[in-house]
Amino acid sequence: MKVGVLCSGGKDSLFACMCAMQEEEVACLITVFPDNPESYMFHTPNLHVVRLQARAAGIPLVAGTSRGREEEELADLSRTVAEAVERHGIEGVVTGALQSVYQASRVQAICRDLDLWCFNPLWYADPGEYMETLVSSGFDVIVSAVASEPFDRTWLGRRLDRAALQDLRRYAERYGTSLPGEGGEYETLVLDAPFFRHRIVIGEAEAVWQNFRGVFHVKEAWLEGDA
Amino acid sequence: MILLAGLGFRDAALLRSEFVRPVARVAGHWGAEWSYCHYSRLPDDPADGYDAVILCGTALKDTGYLREIGRFSWLIEAPVPVLGICAGMQVLSLVHGGTLRPACEIGMVDVRVLCPNPVLPALPSFQAYALHRYSCDPPPGWTTLAVSETCVQAVSHPHLPLFGVLFHPEVRNGVVIERFLSLVYHGKEGEGEEGQDAPPSGHG
Repeated sequence: MKVGVLCSGGKDSLFACMCAMQEEEVACLITVFPDNPESYMFHTPNLHVVRLQARAAGIPLVAGTSRGREEEELADLSRTVAEAVERHGIEGVVTGALQSVYQASRVQAICRDLDLWCFNPLWYADPGEYMETLVSSGFDVIVSAVASEPFDRTWLGRRLDRAALQDLRRYAERYGTSLPGEGGEYETLVLDAPFFRHRIVIGEAEAVWQNFRGVFHVKEAWLEGDA
Repeated sequence: MILLAGLGFRDAALLRSEFVRPVARVAGHWGAEWSYCHYSRLPDDPADGYDAVILCGTALKDTGYLREIGRFSWLIEAPVPVLGICAGMQVLSLVHGGTLRPACEIGMVDVRVLCPNPVLPALPSFQAYALHRYSCDPPPGWTTLAVSETCVQAVSHPHLPLFGVLFHPEVRNGVVIERFLSLVYHGKEGEGEEGQDAPPSGHG
């Protein structure tokens, strides 16, 4: 089945993409770019890196736009998915939803209206097992934003490796934060994945952090070998 | 050993990970051993060697199982307890003479409990995750255990331990699966508190 993967550039969408690639044909990535940086649904730091990820994976990107008004964002996503159907003939949509009923229900409803399959391969996966698999299966993931205690500025740009996972486990125990950042505690950016032909290299970035909220702004990046 | 039956239109990894694995996770956490089989590969006597069967749900767009309802005739005289989830409840109802009607729910719904029963939370109502395009009119003689504003949400056989829930208990209501397992292994009603029941000896 030809499917399109909703992609925010973070670990969950690209891990879900890998899951989908194992049995189905991933015909495109689908991303909505908000004009408004305060976008309710689509705001993700470093969303522009998705274009590099799509090139790295050799998968076409269907890029939609949104004015970032909350009441219009679902229609914006729906329009973009419809465009993916038209351009790539997808029959289904794949998301990286972990436990967010809010997010999953909205995509399910869009898929129902467009008569598409909706797949959520990470749905209610065991957080520990998922994170363990993620750090041990050839992904290069960095933390691109933090939004809660106890994530200090050293987390910005930090690679999600075994040591980081160890810290995340400690935080989960001590502070009740979600191990995969499901509560928005931190956001991630994927620089390499097992299905990427080239890794993404960050040339210039700026970390901005204050009072346990911060963003790692990627200002310049390219595919290895492109420079 | 619990048999988890996959009801997807094909035995696809994407459907297994979304609709079977979360159920397996609850069962495993509770202490039950389980094994998975897609419905198309079930043997003639699927319950043989198992303590209970859980029929897992499938994707919203999936109606493949409805075209192969004959494969589920073993449920008519199911020799072990069965919990049908979403598509599984539809199958259980159809095999026993119930009917389906179009009724779509997506997302959290209020479920009102109509009568005390062994598997649902011991509450007048609770929130549950629904993801279905059809609901069931229960088979003759079956008990409607719970309803949402739109449709029947839970049913049980009048005498046998056969239960159907239209909502997805693996999402936020793992206690329903735990209470079912408690009924299977301890022959009693669960206490309704997550994690309260000890794993059955010899099955953990």
